[in-house]
Amino acid sequence: MIEPEAGPGREQLIWALLAGVPDPEIPVLSIVDLGIVRHVRQDADGRLHVGITPTYSGCPATEVIRIAVRAALDAGGHADAVLEQVLSPPWSSEWLTSAARAKLKAFGIAPPEEPVSSPRRLWHAPLVPCPRCGSRATERVSEFGSTPCKAHYRCGACQEPFDYFKCF
Amino acid sequence: MSARTYAPNERDPAQQEAHFRYVLRLGDTSLVLGQRLGEWVGHAPALEEDLGLANLALDLIGQARLLLTYAGELEGRGRDEDALAFLRDAPEFANLTLAEQPNGDFGHTIVRQWLLDAWQLEIYEGLRVSADTRLGAIAAKAIKETRYHHRFSSGWLIRLGDGTQESHDRVQAALDSLWRFTAELFAADDVDERMKAAAIAPALTELAPRWSARIDEDLRAATLKRPAAQPYPWHGRRGVHTEHLGHMLTEMQHLQRTYPGVRW
Repeated sequence: MIEPEAGPGREQLIWALLAGVPDPEIPVLSIVDLGIVRHVRQDADGRLHVGITPTYSGCPATEVIRIAVRAALDAGGHADAVLEQVLSPPWSSEWLTSAARAKLKAFGIAPPEEPVSSPRRLWHAPLVPCPRCGSRATERVSEFGSTPCKAHYRCGACQEPFDYFKCF
Repeated sequence: MSARTYAPNERDPAQQEAHFRYVLRLGDTSLVLGQRLGEWVGHAPALEEDLGLANLALDLIGQARLLLTYAGELEGRGRDEDALAFLRDAPEFANLTLAEQPNGDFGHTIVRQWLLDAWQLEIYEGLRVSADTRLGAIAAKAIKETRYHHRFSSGWLIRLGDGTQESHDRVQAALDSLWRFTAELFAADDVDERMKAAAIAPALTELAPRWSARIDEDLRAATLKRPAAQPYPWHGRRGVHTEHLGHMLTEMQHLQRTYPGVRW
């Protein structure tokens, strides 16, 4: 077992550890890439607190992620770390890192396009380039896809169906 | 987020009970509506809408989990989300009567969903600044989901209402049949009054006109007629339900009732 360091070094260690925990639905992304890990901090008593937030309230992956984080902390010698749920502020797809967006695209999932604050998003489906051929001649098949965070699209150029990671 | 904080009031059991009831009502409405939508899985008119309804159901059940977990803590009798969802009988459920109404056809489900989406939009918007910061955080999260729920349900309401004669007539009939349950949405009782006085809940009298305006706007676009106002004889929030809830719970609770304590 690894002997945990004290102080900020230990927090860094945990961030690195959690960067190795994949999202169960989109395994090319880690839970850190997705912005699911909200904080890693040590309190005055030296106790470590790890905060994670659900993406969508009902996302079934939330439970799996909690178990995976607990297992990673335990295996890394941080069994004393307190795992807490953070609800505020609510998770947003804007928290995806640019590295995460690139990984999504390479995996065949179109990354979120427009900022959540764009008024056009209210009524119009965003223009989403095809992650395979780059064509903008795509159409939305359904706002709802294989997971809560994805919509179902189709490319008019290469004819391939693809998932779009929704702005939320 | 409001700077005010709220601590459970142990010196005022009546206030604590009202707080529990208030959160329980919100949680039960989400749970029951989510379960109803779940009944569509594998039965919707098209695969995309099947997935859409299931996605909404998932969000609602997720919201219900957050709310019922909190309600259980407020109650202080050691009941968690599962105990509240699976081990209570119909008279102990405090959902809005509208949420438990059977699915009917797709248009009927859409009308029920749309009426409640518009209601949740107002409630969650009001709760975001609640003196109860935990409830505020749940509402701030839930409203992001409720916005696209309403986009889905109002989109279909307009398409069906302004669609063929057949689809128009069917959603108008659904609206006429479900409208009698809407008076309960904004009828404040002692629980609401207590929560409003403690700045935990928004004033229902202020939310009602906003809901009404949104409903009228969607109805105009859908070329549907708003039914006449109805008296208020429904009390789902007080545990007085239509016959439908019991049947729904029989299915929803079957596993836990048959094999108490069973786990996946």
